[in-house]
Amino acid sequence: MGVEALAESLGQNILTTTLGKLIGWGRGNSVWPLQFGLACCAIEMIHTATASVDIARFGSEAMRASPRQADMMIVSGRVSQKMAPILRTIYDQMPEPKWVISMGACASTGGVFNNYALLQGVDKIVPVDVYVPGCPPRPEDLLNALMILQERIKAQGITPRQ
Amino acid sequence: MTTEIGQGITVTKTGEQGAFGGELLTINFGPHHPSTHGVLRLIVDLDGEQVRRLKPVIGYLHTGIEKQAEALRWQQVVVVTDRHDYLSPPFNNLSYALAVEKLLGVEVPPRANALRVIMCELTRISSHLVWLGTSGIELGASTMLMYCFRERDTILDMNEEISGFRMHTSYIRPGGVMADATPRFLELLDRFCNQMPGNIDEYEALLTMNPIFRSRTIGIGRLPAEDAKVLGATGPMLRGSGVPWDLRKSMPYSGYESYDFEVATSDLCDCYGRYLVRIKEMRESVKILRQALDGLPDGPVNIDDRKVLPPPREELETSMEAVIHHFKLFTEGYTVPAGDAYAAVESGRGENGCYVVSDGTHKPRRVKFRSASFVNLQPLERMAMNHMVADMVAIIGTADAVLGDVDR
Repeated sequence: MGVEALAESLGQNILTTTLGKLIGWGRGNSVWPLQFGLACCAIEMIHTATASVDIARFGSEAMRASPRQADMMIVSGRVSQKMAPILRTIYDQMPEPKWVISMGACASTGGVFNNYALLQGVDKIVPVDVYVPGCPPRPEDLLNALMILQERIKAQGITPRQ
Repeated sequence: MTTEIGQGITVTKTGEQGAFGGELLTINFGPHHPSTHGVLRLIVDLDGEQVRRLKPVIGYLHTGIEKQAEALRWQQVVVVTDRHDYLSPPFNNLSYALAVEKLLGVEVPPRANALRVIMCELTRISSHLVWLGTSGIELGASTMLMYCFRERDTILDMNEEISGFRMHTSYIRPGGVMADATPRFLELLDRFCNQMPGNIDEYEALLTMNPIFRSRTIGIGRLPAEDAKVLGATGPMLRGSGVPWDLRKSMPYSGYESYDFEVATSDLCDCYGRYLVRIKEMRESVKILRQALDGLPDGPVNIDDRKVLPPPREELETSMEAVIHHFKLFTEGYTVPAGDAYAAVESGRGENGCYVVSDGTHKPRRVKFRSASFVNLQPLERMAMNHMVADMVAIIGTADAVLGDVDR
C-alpha cells in the first residue's frame, strides 16, 4: 500500500477531538438514573421508561437500585421532613460526577403543600441541576429535562464540578 | 435488651435462639428499596432466612394533607384529596364529594353519577395495572410492566381528554363533575371496552399458568378469612381470602346497584388468590364500563345550585346575579351546614372513606381519610411470618399499599 493510499484511508477513519469532548459525549449519553420513587411523580417516571416514551433512546433506561451505580438522582415527588436526611444520605453515597433532577412542583418548591410536613424544595438539601415543573410533569417533560442535562454534561467535559 | 437504632425506633433483642441454632438477626428493609412500592420501611427479625417478626415503620411520605385541608375552602380540598392515594384520584374525590354532599343534602343528577362510575372503574383498572406491572417485575416477569403500562397510557389519555390532566384529574367535585364527557372521550372509551378483554387475556397468558410465577405465589402469604376480618383488611386483600365484601354491592353508592357485575373472590387466601381477584376485577370493571357507556343518561352533569357551583359561562354575560354568584363563590366559597358525615367508596385497594366535620363556615373543621392501604399493612406480619425474605417481596407486592395513602 502506497503512502498516499494509507493517508487517504486514515483520513476517513480518524477523528480528532479533545479528551473533554470525548468524555462529555460518553457521560452525557449514558446517564444512569437512580431508581428512587417517592410519590405521584414516580409513576410518571415509570411511564417515561416504558415503550410509549422510551427513555432508552437517550441511554438512561438502566434504572439502578443502588446509589453506588447511579449518575443521576431524579427526586420524583414530595420530600417529607422525615425523608430528607435519608435522601441526603443516598445522594452522598452516589459517586462523583453526579446530577440531580428535581421532578415536579413538590420536589422543586413544596407545590400545593405549604405546611409543616414537607421540605419546601429539595434544593435545600441537595444541589439541583434541572427543575421540572408540573404536578406531576408529563413523561415528555422529564425527557426534556434529561436532554437539557445531557447538553450540560457534554459541555462540562472533564472539568470538575464547580 | 433494647437498642436504639435511630430516629426514635427501638428494637428489643431477646437474645433468643432460632430454630436453626443461630441467633435472631434484626435487619432493616427500606425506606429506599426497589420493591417496597414507595418508601415503606420494615424492621425484620430473621431466623436464618425466615421472617420471625416484622414491624412496618411509616411516615416517610407524610404530607400533612388532612391538616392542609383545614386551611382550604370546601371546593379547594378536592385538589389535595387527589394526591393522597395517587394511583386512584377519582376514588378520593368521590369519597370526599359524597361526604360533603351528605352535609349539603344534595343529590347529583343521573348523568353525573354515570360519569363518576366511568371514571372510577377506569381508575380501578389503571391502578390494578400498576400493581400487576410492578409485582411482575419483582417476581421476575419484567415484560409485564411494558404490557400493563401500554394500557395505562390509553387510560391516562382518556383522563386527559375528559379533564385536561393525566393523573390528578380533580374530576369529581361536590355537586357533580368538572365537565361533561366529550364525544372523543366516549369514542375512546368504546374502543377501550372492546380491546381491554383481549389485553387481559394477554396478561393471563403470561402469568396465570407460568410455573415460576405460580411457585412464587401459591401458598405464599396465607391470610385466613378470620384473620383478614380481625385485622381490618378490605378490598382484594379481604376478597382474596374468600369474603365477598365489596362496598359497591354491600352499601351501594353513585348508582352501583343498577349495574350487573360479580364480586371477585378467591378461596386460596394466598398471593396467587389475590392476583386472581385483581385480574377478575379488571374484567368486571370493563363490564361495568360497557353498561355505563351504553346506558349513559342525558341531562345535566351538575346540580342546579348557584350557591355551590358557578353559573355557566354564557349566563355570566347577561345576568348580574350570575356575576355576583361567581364572584362570591371564588372569593369566599360556599358554606356547609354544621355537622359531620362519613362516606366510603370501594377503591382499587379497599374501603376508601372520608370523614368531614363542618362548623358551618366556608372551610372544613376536620377532614379525615380512612385509607385502605394503611389498614392493609396490618396483616403484613401475619402473612410474612415464617416465610423467606424473598417471599416477603411478593407479600408486600400483593398488599398493594400506596405509601402516599398510608402516610397522607
